[in-house]
Amino acid sequence: MTTHQDSTPRPPHQVLDGTDIARVVTRIAHEIVERAKGAEDVVLLGIHTRGVHLARRLHGRLAQITGREIPLGTLDITMYRDDLRLKPARALEHTEIPPGGIDGKLVILVDDVLFSGRTIRAALDALNDIGRPRAVQLAVLVDRGHRELPIRADYVGKNLPTSLREAVQVRLSDSDGVDAVLVGDRDYTARSSQALASQPSEPHLPE
Amino acid sequence: MKRHLVSAADLTRDDALLILDTAEELAQLSGRAVKKLPTLRGRTVVNLFFEDSTRTKTSFEVAEKRLSADVINFSAKGSSVSKGESLKDTALTLQAMGADAVVIRHHASGAPARLAQSDWLHGSVINAGDGTHEHPTQALLDAFTMRRHLNPGLGQDLAGRRVTIVGDVLHSRVARSNVHLLTTLGAQVTFVAPPTLLPIGIENWPCEISYSLDSVLPKTDALMMLRVQRERMNAAFFPTEREYSRRYGLDGTRMAQLPGHAIVMHPGPMVRGMEITAEVADSPRCTVVEQVANGVSVRMAVLYLLLGGATLNDARTDSVETAQ
Amino acid sequence: MTTYLIRNAQILGGAPQDLHLADGVIKAIGTDLAVEADIEIDARGLIALPGLVDLHTHLREPGREDAETVLTGTQAAAMGGFTAVHAMANTTPVADTAGVVEQVWRLGQEAGYCDVQPVGAVTIGLGGKKLAELGAMHESAANVRVFSDDGKCVDDAVLMRRALEYVKAFDGVVAQHAQEPRLTEGAQMNEGQVSGELGLGGWPAVAEESIIARDVLLAAHVGSRLHVCHVSTAGSVEIIRWAKAKGWDVTAEVTPHHLLLTDELVRSYDPVYKVNPPLRTAEDVQALRKALADGTIDAVATDHAPHPDEDKDCEWAVAAMGMVGLETALSVVQQTMVDTGLLNWEGVADRMSHRPARIGRLAGQGRPVSVGEPANLVLFDPAYRGAVNPDSFATRSRNTPYKGLDLPGRVHATFLRGRATVLAGELAEQGGAA
Repeated sequence: MTTHQDSTPRPPHQVLDGTDIARVVTRIAHEIVERAKGAEDVVLLGIHTRGVHLARRLHGRLAQITGREIPLGTLDITMYRDDLRLKPARALEHTEIPPGGIDGKLVILVDDVLFSGRTIRAALDALNDIGRPRAVQLAVLVDRGHRELPIRADYVGKNLPTSLREAVQVRLSDSDGVDAVLVGDRDYTARSSQALASQPSEPHLPE
Repeated sequence: MKRHLVSAADLTRDDALLILDTAEELAQLSGRAVKKLPTLRGRTVVNLFFEDSTRTKTSFEVAEKRLSADVINFSAKGSSVSKGESLKDTALTLQAMGADAVVIRHHASGAPARLAQSDWLHGSVINAGDGTHEHPTQALLDAFTMRRHLNPGLGQDLAGRRVTIVGDVLHSRVARSNVHLLTTLGAQVTFVAPPTLLPIGIENWPCEISYSLDSVLPKTDALMMLRVQRERMNAAFFPTEREYSRRYGLDGTRMAQLPGHAIVMHPGPMVRGMEITAEVADSPRCTVVEQVANGVSVRMAVLYLLLGGATLNDARTDSVETAQ
Repeated sequence: MTTYLIRNAQILGGAPQDLHLADGVIKAIGTDLAVEADIEIDARGLIALPGLVDLHTHLREPGREDAETVLTGTQAAAMGGFTAVHAMANTTPVADTAGVVEQVWRLGQEAGYCDVQPVGAVTIGLGGKKLAELGAMHESAANVRVFSDDGKCVDDAVLMRRALEYVKAFDGVVAQHAQEPRLTEGAQMNEGQVSGELGLGGWPAVAEESIIARDVLLAAHVGSRLHVCHVSTAGSVEIIRWAKAKGWDVTAEVTPHHLLLTDELVRSYDPVYKVNPPLRTAEDVQALRKALADGTIDAVATDHAPHPDEDKDCEWAVAAMGMVGLETALSVVQQTMVDTGLLNWEGVADRMSHRPARIGRLAGQGRPVSVGEPANLVLFDPAYRGAVNPDSFATRSRNTPYKGLDLPGRVHATFLRGRATVLAGELAEQGGAA
């Protein structure tokens, strides 16, 4: 908990480093194998942008553990967002459904931070248009609370209680050059390129 | 991107690539059971067609419906200004109905530009073909088709690709939009036509000119045949249909002179036996059907990029609410 | 009758002098005139010119009173410094009979803001098939001497020849709207780079030049007077220069808008720039200015063509052609000819008053500014700068291409035979025929 009282925005501090993230990914992979009974019918779908990187890492771990290639895909939920009209139209990312499709499969959505739940809501809508999975589960690196929809994660790397004035940044070497999870004041980050709006329903991360 | 799509000249290289890349993503949709996205729910798109055009209108309508927009077809054919309502009154009506975008096809060059510049309506104006001026979404779908065949991949342009456009350039809005867009994307455009069917001043356009089809065929990556309307026959643009066909039509023999990788395109509708023989039209090198499919993806991309995010109409609604 | 003492006006741009106007004439000119007058006008810094004469005005009445009436059109003329206008024949009904030209003439008399000299149609109904009763129009009260099918070209060579010959009997002149009809079918704008890009039907320069070439040859052949309306191309200028060098009796006019505007403006597709002949290229504009300066082109004529908003508030292809021009003509001429050093104020008086009056054979107009002459005068403030505001126009229509444009100069006062039609930049009430 932050005891920070004065109004000077606090610079971000690191809560997970590269080693922590690697450990967390390994643990989630084991949990998936355990709970999905060998992950026979699992399909991993990473949500753009950092969810895709995490899904790829999970995929690698699962291959090591199970000795099999788990189907891996990506999901762009832009067209399903509920806040499209708040910003100019965004460029689309690539959605790639594995050749076997998702019908009858256990789809595990992978994202970096679970916050309001709106991104996952959009992802569920997108899945609905793509096919009919047997079940859908959610794996996230960080759950920072403040849900606005009845959504929870099945696999959580780290629960990170935050206040709404804080911003959580996930950095992954694939896109950011380094693996780290940082927490800092929203007002502080607002002055950097990581501009964040004042409502939790806003994206919790720079896009 | 600008708020309207009136001319292909309005598109920067980045704009054009954004549209093509977005279209490439949206093209996946056609392989799915549910070919629909909720993106434009609550947006109203009006197809305002002052001229018959089954294919363009259908293409836009499919694109709009796949994005879940509310589609209103406002067929204004015949209501030319001499009789019936003026363009201004039509536009005011559409504004009152809350149109977020107007897709307009008009027989008068510049009508979409007029709409876009006027304060008659606040929504986006998308030019679906105006007179002998422009048809930007046709050029986009042509570029999309060319890129898939000649330089596939997201972010790729058409640098160095040689595009030959044959036929009635003088009256062709397809040719005008294509020369802008293809040049923006780095392609080299050559127009081939009898001198009577080339506009005055074309020597200053960013393209090459040739009066001889045979000489440019071996140096062509994409060959686009334009339709020659039969009514041009009576205006002495060329002596006879047969002579035109012989000099500027594409048959199997001529097609054989193209490099192996080259494609044959046509914006449709084709006049078989005039500018293109059945043999060519039905050959696997001819992308006409593919162009139609690509048209839907490209138009979805344009609609999404103009309407999917915040628009001027949203801002207006907000300010009204704040005022209350 | 009200008498005026104008103090310190620069006659044709010369040294400041006083003018005393009484009994419809200029009574006296001099420095520090010691005369009594009802109204004294401080004209320091103002240029005094003879009342302007327009060879080419569309007053629209009868028929299109929604666009203009003789009253509003002549008010606009007065505001622009004109004391005489030639009312074109393309009204509804067409001014092709003595009855119609007399009606227009009489309406002008009643309005009282400037002399209205009707132009008679060359052919019945502007149809280009059969000569109208030119002699009857001449002999009518309107005393028509200028005949024109303006808006349409007398393209039949034989008919044109006959008209040129016929009007010699009463010193008339045919004013030709030079436009080869077949070359301009579906024409929307100047044919050139811009029309090609915009996909608008082209109006090629050769359609004007070929008719002018034919007409000067015809006029030379039959020994008649020819006047060429609204010359718009560099090529036309060359042909007219050649004809004049031959000694043939050919005169020509240019509009203010062809001295200033080019077809690049059409890129906006705003029909306010749609006009016939169309706006041409910058090279044409330069050639026209030079020709007006050297006298190859004799006169500036406004081709004032009012249209109601609905005929311009539409797509380009269906919009009406024409621009209003009476109230901005002198300002455009100052900007394009005077401020550029091509013409001095004496030259302006020549091109906008003396020569047009002579071409139209208007006896009391276009006279020198000297004692004993009719007091047809305009006082013009060349130092004024301001944006053109169509809402302040006297014309009933608003189709000006200069809206919002900063143009130099404005008319301070206009006198028609000693009566003020405009004073201090405002219309003066007229009590009917003088």
